[in-house]
Amino acid sequence: MRFCLDADQVALRDAVRDMLALECPPALVRAAWPPGDPAAVAALWRDLARMGLFGAAVSVHCGGLGLGETDLVPILTEVGYAAVPLPVAETMAVAAPLLAATGDPGGYLPGVLAGTTRVAIAGAGDLVPYGMLADLVLVLRDGRARIVEPLTTAVVSTVDGSRAAARLALPSAGTVTDDPELVDLCLDRADLATAAQLLGLGRRMLDLTVGYVGTRRQFGAPIGSFQAVQHRLADALLGLEFAMPAVLAAGWALAHRTGSRRQDVSIAVLLAGDAARTMAKTAIQCHGAIGYTVEYDLHLYAKRTWALAASCGTDSHLDRLAAALDLPKGGFP
Amino acid sequence: MIDLVDTAEEARFRTSARAWLRANVPSPPLPSGDTREGFARHVEWERRLFDARWSVVSWPERYGGRDASLWEWLVFEEEYYAAGAPQRVTQNGIFLLAPTLYEFGTPAQQDHLLPRIAAAEDLWCQGWSEPEAGSDLAAVTSRAVRDDAAGGWRLSGQKTWTTRGAFCTHLFGLFRTDPTAGRHRGLTYFLVPLGAPGVTVRGFGRLDGDEGFAEVTFVDVLVPDEAVLGGVGNGWRVAMSTASSERGLSLRSPGRFLATADRLVALARSRAEALSPRLRDRVIRAWVGAQAYQMFTRHQVSAMLDGAQPGARASLNKLFWSELDIELHETALELLGAEAETDTAWSRGFLFSLAGPIYAGTNEIQRTIVAERVLGLPRAP
Repeated sequence: MRFCLDADQVALRDAVRDMLALECPPALVRAAWPPGDPAAVAALWRDLARMGLFGAAVSVHCGGLGLGETDLVPILTEVGYAAVPLPVAETMAVAAPLLAATGDPGGYLPGVLAGTTRVAIAGAGDLVPYGMLADLVLVLRDGRARIVEPLTTAVVSTVDGSRAAARLALPSAGTVTDDPELVDLCLDRADLATAAQLLGLGRRMLDLTVGYVGTRRQFGAPIGSFQAVQHRLADALLGLEFAMPAVLAAGWALAHRTGSRRQDVSIAVLLAGDAARTMAKTAIQCHGAIGYTVEYDLHLYAKRTWALAASCGTDSHLDRLAAALDLPKGGFP
Repeated sequence: MIDLVDTAEEARFRTSARAWLRANVPSPPLPSGDTREGFARHVEWERRLFDARWSVVSWPERYGGRDASLWEWLVFEEEYYAAGAPQRVTQNGIFLLAPTLYEFGTPAQQDHLLPRIAAAEDLWCQGWSEPEAGSDLAAVTSRAVRDDAAGGWRLSGQKTWTTRGAFCTHLFGLFRTDPTAGRHRGLTYFLVPLGAPGVTVRGFGRLDGDEGFAEVTFVDVLVPDEAVLGGVGNGWRVAMSTASSERGLSLRSPGRFLATADRLVALARSRAEALSPRLRDRVIRAWVGAQAYQMFTRHQVSAMLDGAQPGARASLNKLFWSELDIELHETALELLGAEAETDTAWSRGFLFSLAGPIYAGTNEIQRTIVAERVLGLPRAP
């Protein structure tokens, strides 16, 4: 038994963290909100490609870094911490390894690795986060994985304005696999990527809040010295601290294709989703009125949290765990 | 690196622990260890554990252990609770005093006391709280006065809410040796035999009705210099080492909560007619909580093996396991419906779980510790 990051994983995480601290500050996230600065956002994508990140989960002989899901967790946590306003997780953690695993029939992989092709993932219905920025859309539905170019694009106004969401009409062709195991793996990778980003977003909101309550003074003292504030933040930290190892463990379970991997992903999604949502509420409340403004940066991270947490679907994960635990499927028999 | 399966050695250790427990765990279960009769039966069980060298697996062989790694200790704990084995009435000696003895004891103290703790010959209780010093532990007023002529210390004062104090043979506790020093400075950690002249122990009922609490009164009790652990005036530091064990992994490993979670799931399966969608989700989330605790502690053990000290982070463990334990039991009682009021392992477990957010420093104290020492927030006024 052993459960900590190795030196390579730490080094890569730190490199991503340092790069994003420079290249994806809050101003860049704001630049992704309409009307925005598309050129600045596009430059960030190129920086990420230059680091080789889009090939992170692609084998070395296909031109990638050959990393596994375990290695992706700390990277995606940093992507969440920075609230990168681009489909990084979708492209890096789901689409690229799928293309590599299926022999890339459409010839898309070189463009993905080079940073010239962005892949979004269709959500429920026709809503596609980052659909406005995507060259390709991955559709994981009905036991098939399809990669398609959208037919039509309609912009959608969203709570998190940096999601570049669109309603897309998608062709029905483009199947890259109907292997149920590979399709499930894609779904699990997408969930894992979301859980990891939620951890990072939670950490970002925690850092902002700890910084703020340490300096904001009321009644002649920093508000962070008041127990009412301290205890809420302690609880929020608790959620994040107990979600993190579960997300990392789910990454390991996926990387090793363990028998319990789908359960482990569900555990990770539930814990990370709850922790990040609690953190968002706590952060806004502990900031007070400034946390309720769009001038202050907190909302960038809270809104991304809500979008990602909603995208995972709590009920399906509870149902999956109920089945694994042999509990009746929610309802009196 | 990450490898979440047992090594070959850990797997062998697991198999061997499981086999011994399967053959030896008493059935039907022993009566509560917090009653006089049940306590005696539990001490017999502890001696069987010791004779088979399962009482202190992570200790050196010369003290009765197996030199097991921290991982193997976690494995043992998982198997122990999965087997439905009895509560550890020796826990204060094994899991609280012993780690402090390893850190602060003299070689003579270690050689004398540790084998007796392992063998359940000395049965230790914790003497911290006083009528006027609960969460505010540094307010203790029980005192120890140097007696040069007698060559020792004379203890006076009162400790209370002492778990299993009425049945134990020894007490470790904090006494004030320098009333003129600052609150935290003038304290000394003493090891006291409860049979010493001048000690009186009165047991009283806890919330569950068992005589699991005691108040211990000291009137001019003479103890030798060897009764001091960790140096005169150093008691706060020594006590905080014990507190870290009590809050963290040492006292409450994931094994017990994983076992409770599994029993909760089994209960839910057996009561499908009571399992509304809401209750089903509550069962699942409680079970998820136990898995989260296991993952957290595995991560923590890896960090400890790399040299990190849990320190204030033990308060994170304490907050989590204490609230998880209540949630597991409350959920079970909901599943039981009207049967919940009957005296069962679940109702007793529920009453016991309510002590979790109080002992080892209330959860309010733990949240303040987390805020100030883990998050680095400014000190409370």
